[in-house]
Amino acid sequence: MASVFHPGPPSGTPKYSFAQQPNTASEGARQHSFYPYTDNGGSTLGIAGADFTIIAGDTRSTSGYSINTRYCPKVFRIGGPESRIALSVVGFAADGDALKERLDTILKMYKYQHGKTMSVAACAQRLSHILYGKRFFPYYVHAILGGLDEEGKGAVYSYDPVGSYEREQCRAGGAAASLIMPFLDNQVNYKNQCIPGRGTGHELRQRVQEPLPRKDVEQLVEDAFSSAVERHIEVGDGLQMIIITSKGIEEIYKPLKKD
Amino acid sequence: MDCHPEVWGRPRYEIYGDYDHSHLHTSGPMQHTQQPIVTGTSVIAVKFKDGVVIAADNLASYGSLARFTDVKRLRKFNSQSVIGFGGDVSDMQYLDRTLGSLDTNENYSNSDQPLHARNLHTYLSKVMYARRSKFDPLWNAILVAGLDGEDMPFLASVDLLGTKFSSPTLATGFGAHLAVPILRRTVPDEEAVQQTTKDQAVELVKESMKVLFYRDARSLDNYSIAVITKESGVELKENEKLENQSWAFADQIRGYGTQVN
Repeated sequence: MASVFHPGPPSGTPKYSFAQQPNTASEGARQHSFYPYTDNGGSTLGIAGADFTIIAGDTRSTSGYSINTRYCPKVFRIGGPESRIALSVVGFAADGDALKERLDTILKMYKYQHGKTMSVAACAQRLSHILYGKRFFPYYVHAILGGLDEEGKGAVYSYDPVGSYEREQCRAGGAAASLIMPFLDNQVNYKNQCIPGRGTGHELRQRVQEPLPRKDVEQLVEDAFSSAVERHIEVGDGLQMIIITSKGIEEIYKPLKKD
Repeated sequence: MDCHPEVWGRPRYEIYGDYDHSHLHTSGPMQHTQQPIVTGTSVIAVKFKDGVVIAADNLASYGSLARFTDVKRLRKFNSQSVIGFGGDVSDMQYLDRTLGSLDTNENYSNSDQPLHARNLHTYLSKVMYARRSKFDPLWNAILVAGLDGEDMPFLASVDLLGTKFSSPTLATGFGAHLAVPILRRTVPDEEAVQQTTKDQAVELVKESMKVLFYRDARSLDNYSIAVITKESGVELKENEKLENQSWAFADQIRGYGTQVN
């Protein structure tokens, strides 16, 4: 994101904390110069299929122009071994980890207290409440939750930092969201694609959206990330994919460019 | 004359008027740590096949003044971890005290499994994140080096915001810009960690400390270095001196452009 380009005092966007100058105001009281947020870059992506869900994210962690590490996962299985839910968090990594651990604990406690795993819809609403609970000191993350709904269909829920959420077919989050999302609109939801050979103007008919097979979705995710890596400096190093099906959860790791 | 003990040593009211308390009252928001004062610079570390090497110089700066030149910024925690502190020195000393009592408490429990470096890193990251969430941060960047529960090399970092991550090579502060590229050249990934011996890792860290002394204005040529392995535990040397510095080329350089001699 824009972190490295705004080293000044708080302006609304998270920035790299060490880059900040102490803020010495001329009037009586000194301003707080500690800014509790930063941006660790990275990008995530969730796509729901007919009977599966893929949640993916790159594994790079950044501070300004530096790479902290080439392997820092931001996609997590949550709720213990029986659970079929994955969460991805991108933005400020410390908030992301805290959020992940809270939701993970809640899912485990739900299992102990009710003797069954939490449904993805219930988990989605609970996550919204957790985020809104810190409405006035938000978790600075874009969260994407994935799983299978009660009919066994793929479900992806995406969130803003304070808990507004929505179930969607696909969603990209983080640094390269603006690069990936239009590509998904076109390739997953067939936006701006018409049925060929029907003429022009009023004759045009939108191509109907149908659920994509798993192989195609995996390929789309890889393509989305390899193109994001080319055009965004905070995205790269590795691609981690969590694939949820009724049979279980698989995890795939693929290298990305490290430059 | 007023003989009450609470006014002993105070200016006399009848001469100087009432004692002025105004400077004791602070108006405005409560003040927490807002900037580091006495600071330590980079900590660097690298994993090798049997353990971890970590180093930091012995300087605590007061702004640009090299104020304290014998401050040990590597702290040993039980027999299998070393913590390297960058950033504010008073916060480092507070954390060191906290970890000291943690170690004491741990020794009261009769579990035969002592805290290892991974536990320690998790503990520190929770402390750091809790403090930043209170807007009262511990102004440090910390590296935790040692062995994890399976006696494998462990190296991870946590900073004042509670951001944590792990990598085969890590450095804080200036070291993140200068030392990490040098360390990564030899140890780019976990696979390379397995190819690296203790001697190579130590040599690499010493070389990086030298580069940091050349180019970091808040650094010193006295440093501490620790090697943690399963076989010999923590080997901490706290009074090392940089060797083989290269300055001989300097007397060939004259002027800023056109001056010939």
